[in-house]
Parts: sequence; structure tokens; C-alpha cells
Amino acid sequence: MLVIKNLHANIEGKEILKGIDLEIKAGEVHAIMGPNGSGKSTLANVLAGNEGYEITGGEIIFEGKNLLELDPEDRAREGVFLAFQYPVEIPGVSNATFLKTAINEVRKYHNQPELTPKEFLDLMKEKSKILGMEESLISRSVNVGFSGGEKKRNEIFQLLMLNPKLALLDETDSGLDIDALKIVSNGVNIFKAKDKAVLVVTHYQRLLNYIQPDFVHVLYKGKIIKSGGKELALELEDKGYDWIKPELVESETV
Amino acid sequence: MKNKSEFQNTKEWYLNNFKSFEEKLNGESKTFLHDLRKNALEQLAYTDFPSTREEEWKYTNVSPILKQNFIPAVNLGVKKSAISKDELKKYLFSGFDFYLMTFINGIYAEELSDLQELPKGVVVDSLRLLMKTNPELVNGRISKFVKAENAFNLLNRAYSTDGAIIIVKDGVVVEKPIQILYLTGDNESPVLSVPHNMIIAGKNSQVGVLGVYASSGSKTHFTNSITEVFADESAIVDLYKIQNENGKSYHYEKVEAYQLKKSIFNHYNFAFGAEIVRNDINSTLDDENIETHYYGIYLANDKQLVDNHTFVDHAKPNCMSNELYKGILDDDALGVFNGKIIVRKDAQKTNAYQQNKTVLLSNRAKVNTKPQLEIFADDVKCTHGATVGHLDDTAYFYIRTRGIPSELAKSMLIRAFANDVVEVVKIEPLREQLNHLIFEHLNRVEIENK
Repeated sequence: MLVIKNLHANIEGKEILKGIDLEIKAGEVHAIMGPNGSGKSTLANVLAGNEGYEITGGEIIFEGKNLLELDPEDRAREGVFLAFQYPVEIPGVSNATFLKTAINEVRKYHNQPELTPKEFLDLMKEKSKILGMEESLISRSVNVGFSGGEKKRNEIFQLLMLNPKLALLDETDSGLDIDALKIVSNGVNIFKAKDKAVLVVTHYQRLLNYIQPDFVHVLYKGKIIKSGGKELALELEDKGYDWIKPELVESETV
Repeated sequence: MKNKSEFQNTKEWYLNNFKSFEEKLNGESKTFLHDLRKNALEQLAYTDFPSTREEEWKYTNVSPILKQNFIPAVNLGVKKSAISKDELKKYLFSGFDFYLMTFINGIYAEELSDLQELPKGVVVDSLRLLMKTNPELVNGRISKFVKAENAFNLLNRAYSTDGAIIIVKDGVVVEKPIQILYLTGDNESPVLSVPHNMIIAGKNSQVGVLGVYASSGSKTHFTNSITEVFADESAIVDLYKIQNENGKSYHYEKVEAYQLKKSIFNHYNFAFGAEIVRNDINSTLDDENIETHYYGIYLANDKQLVDNHTFVDHAKPNCMSNELYKGILDDDALGVFNGKIIVRKDAQKTNAYQQNKTVLLSNRAKVNTKPQLEIFADDVKCTHGATVGHLDDTAYFYIRTRGIPSELAKSMLIRAFANDVVEVVKIEPLREQLNHLIFEHLNRVEIENK
């Protein structure tokens, strides 16, 4: 589904991603872990098309298409979804208006008819129930007056509403209490299917207890320095990151 | 020096036209109001029109207004308007009950107004008609609060014969707002419309007024308005202004509010552009526990100029003023915001807040924003802030990652930006109509909340 080859990216002239290689197949869940500042969020943002980053090398192929040639909205329409670490508030625009516009734009792109108001409302009810959200939320402005946890929950709600192919979750677990974490994880697990893929970007192993990854990658200083199965996450939880940091590993062997 | 002589000619034009103006007044020229006019004319003779050399007009060059000779509406002769009541609807705001006053070129059109079933204790009338039926209601009150007059104010008062007079007795609550339509420019000649309005709210009274300024065609005209507001003890006055005139027109209004103990004055100012728009909005808080709220949205595109000068004068202790002005400027538009707050020596425990935010949608649009706080009391809380920027990049990216195209994303951000002013509008059905006008004026895809 997604092939990333030797990806390099800068922000304000500073190189953040220094050659990322990663392949994600349909049906898989990958986790990117790593200490602060390793480039995890950058990777998620670059995949979604954040124009604040400059791509200086490499390629991203998604379902056979060169993602780097597409605007953020076209990437979304092709099936890439980014759940933000810090979801944005949009006062004056209700969740209903926002999602209806989004869903119908995606449908238009695929030559599908717009949802009828009833279809849309039914979809809203079904998905909000999964996440235990109150229906009154539908008419409220996007993320306005939401707590940190509610915002994260709303991201997963949008994920379920838009039902993309690839979900990128950027630190979705941060700021969530254990109950909210379970609800959000449950939402992601409902999204999971054999024709879908998930890339979880997280600092902590905690979320991976609920969203079980098939692969775990450690990102450090803009490079993937180690990949493994889900047991790698547990090992990181246990031992921290130092034991795999190349400069430390090297100095030990010298 | 060229400008000077041009302005001098313009002034002479207005001074010289007064004779033929007087001739059209018939019996109206032997009243106290006419004495006030003559007095204003005399002052005009030795008062220069504002120039950019003056601090208050530094960024607003009014010479385009002064290069043309606008003809006072009375001089053109008042004829029955060709417009029908049905045709008025496209200019009016709807979805709520209201009393209606219509002014054509600044002169009251009774046949296009509807003041039926006004509650007892409320006078809503035209200045001109009231001068015939009950001049005592006006005498000694009108022009009482107009101060620091510039040549535009004097021009208004020299030529004004009409305006909306609203007088609410103590304890009376006027449930329905009074919508006042100022429709200008239905004439071959460039017309000068000079309404002089006055709202007097008695003790514990409440009234809402919605002034709508519109053009009846695409020809140039000059609306030069004065609105005086007096809020007596514990009165609540909501004054909305929706200025929506054509791109060739000019607009100036001076609002002068005087407030007494525990009164609340809310001013909502929506400026949708003309070639030049200037608002001077002043409040004097001359007693304790007064509240003053100024909310504003200003839009401009092409080469339009929109200038809002506000002035809150805290004269007594324990009062509160709050101001939020937001601008959206596109193309080569120019915005000016000057927010003056004086906290006088006696005005201890004053709370004064001011915020001005402007979004520039093009690289050529500009805004000059200036908070001006003069604080002479020592126990006060005053904050102000001004920001100028472009639409938020992160929010723009966020919306697009949901598949929403860039133009719609920008519209959503514009709606979001205007929201904190739009949502304080108490007349709820107005809110969506204001949003609609924002998108219409910026030529952008509309976001409707359903």
C-alpha cells in the first residue's frame, strides 16, 4: 500500500528526515517509536502533505501513485488520513458541516453521489456511538471547547466517518486517560481491516497494548535504526532507547 | 498646494449651495434646528476638511471625496421614491420581527416604513416630521453630545433635515428591534445623504436599533451620518450597523454615545466596504458601573479603504469597556484601526479591554493598527492587543487533510476568524446573513452551517 524510499525532509533548512525506508502492506499495523525530536511527527506530516516541510530527496508511493505530487486534499481523497497530535479548532463551523463537506468532496473525487442528509445523519450516529460521543456534539463547532482527550476522540471519529485506506495516528495517545485510551483504541481496531493499514506514531508503548502492531520501528535522528515485531515495543518500554542508539552501541563495541 | 485649493473649492461649493438649500426648506427655515444649521455652516467656513497631515486622519486620504461635488439631497428636490415596499426586501435583514424606517438619500420615506404597534412610551419618528408635530422632543437634545466636530460633521449638521429619532421612556422595553434602512444613490447626480439620528433611552429602558446602509444603484454617493446615543441609568442600548454600499460610494459616520450609571451600550459594526469608509465611534462613560462593548468586522477588497476610529472615555470609576475588532482585507485594500481609551484620574477600578485582529488575504493588502491608551488613574486593568497576519497555516493544512479543497478550506478559516464577532450578535437570524455577506463581498465560496 505504502512504499517510502530514502525519504529526506527539511524544515527551515534543517534536515529532520535523513533517509527513511518503510513499506506498509494492506492489513498491517506499524508503529513508529522514538525519543522526542527524532522526526516521528515530521514523518506523519510529510506523508499527509504538510507544506511546511521541504522534501529534499526520496519518494513516497501510495497505491501506485506518487504521493509527493499530490496536494494534501488529494492525498486525503486517495485514502490517506492523519489524526493530528494537536487537532485544530474551527469556531463557527460545526462538526456536521465539516464532515459532510469532507465526505462529499472525497465522494466527488471518486465519482460517487453525495450522501443524502439521512445517510449522513445515520453514519454520524453509528460512528459517534462507537466512540461514546454525545449526539449534541454533531452541531458543535469543530473541536471548540473540547478537552484534549475529546479532541483526540474526535480525530478517530473523523477517521471512522471518512473511512480512508491508511490511517496515520500522530501521538493519538498523548493526553488520554486510560478509559479514553480504550475507547480511542477500540475505534482504531474497528477501522482495521485487511484492505486498510495503520501507522501509529507514539512516544510510549502504552497505546500498543490496545492497538497491537505487526511491526515496530525505532526512529532516531531522522533514520529508522531498528525494526522488529511487537515485542520490540515492550523491550523499549523496559530498557529505554539508549541501548539501540548507534553512537552508544558503537562506543560500547569500541 | 494643489490639494488645498481643490479642498477650498469643495468647501465653497458646499457653502454656496446653502442658499438654494434654504429656499427648498419652506417653513423649516424658521426653527431652532435651522439656527443650528446656520451655526454649523458658519463653523464649516473656517474649518478645513481633514487631511493626512492630521494624526487622526494620517492613513485615510479623503481627497477622493473632496474631488467631487456631492449635491445635498434636499437641493435635488425630494420626490416620491420609485421603489416599492416589495423591492426594499432585498436590502433588509429578515427572519425576525422589526419596526421599519426607510430613508431615501437620508430623507424619511413614510410610505416605505412600518411603525405600527409601537409600544406605549416609545417615539420612533423622522426628525423632519417631529419638527412639525413635536419639536420640543428634539429641542435642547439634538447635537447636545456632538463634540470635537470635523468638517464632515459640520457638513452633516449644516445640511441635515432628517434622521431617525428614537426616544424610549423610563422602564420601557422595546421588544422588536428597529431596522433603519438608509438607501442612497437613486439619482443621476452624485447625492450627499446627511441623516442625523438620535437615540434616547430612558432609565431602565431597552432598545435595539439596526442601521442598514445600502446603495440603490452603482453610482457614486456620499453618506455622511451622525448618530447620537444617550443611555440613561440602567438602560441597555444595542446599536447595530451594517454598512453595505457600492464600491464607488463614500461613507462616514460619527457615533457619539453618552452613558450614565449602570447603562450598557453595545455597538456592533459591520463594514462591508465602499471606496472609502470611515467610522468614528465614541463613548463617554460619565458615571459608575457602566458597560460599553464595541464589536466590529471590517472587510475590504479591490482598492477600498476602511477606517475605524474608536474612542472610549472612562471618566468615572468602576466601569468596564470591551472592544473586539476584526478585519479581513484582500487585493489592494487598506485598513485602519485606531482604538483610543482614556482612563481619567477619577476612573479608578476601570476594566478596559481592546483587541484588533486583521487577516490579510493578499500580499498587497495593508492595515495600520494603533491602540492608544492614555491612563491617568493608578488602579485599573487595561489590556490591548493587535495582530496582523495571514490565515493560519496549521488550520489550513488540517482542513485539507480531510479532503476539503483549498478554496473551501480558506472560506472555513474566514468564517472561523469572523466567528467570535458574529456569534455575539444578539439577533440570532442576523448571524447567518452576516456570514453570507462576508463571503459575498470577498467573492469566496460560502460555508453554510446547517
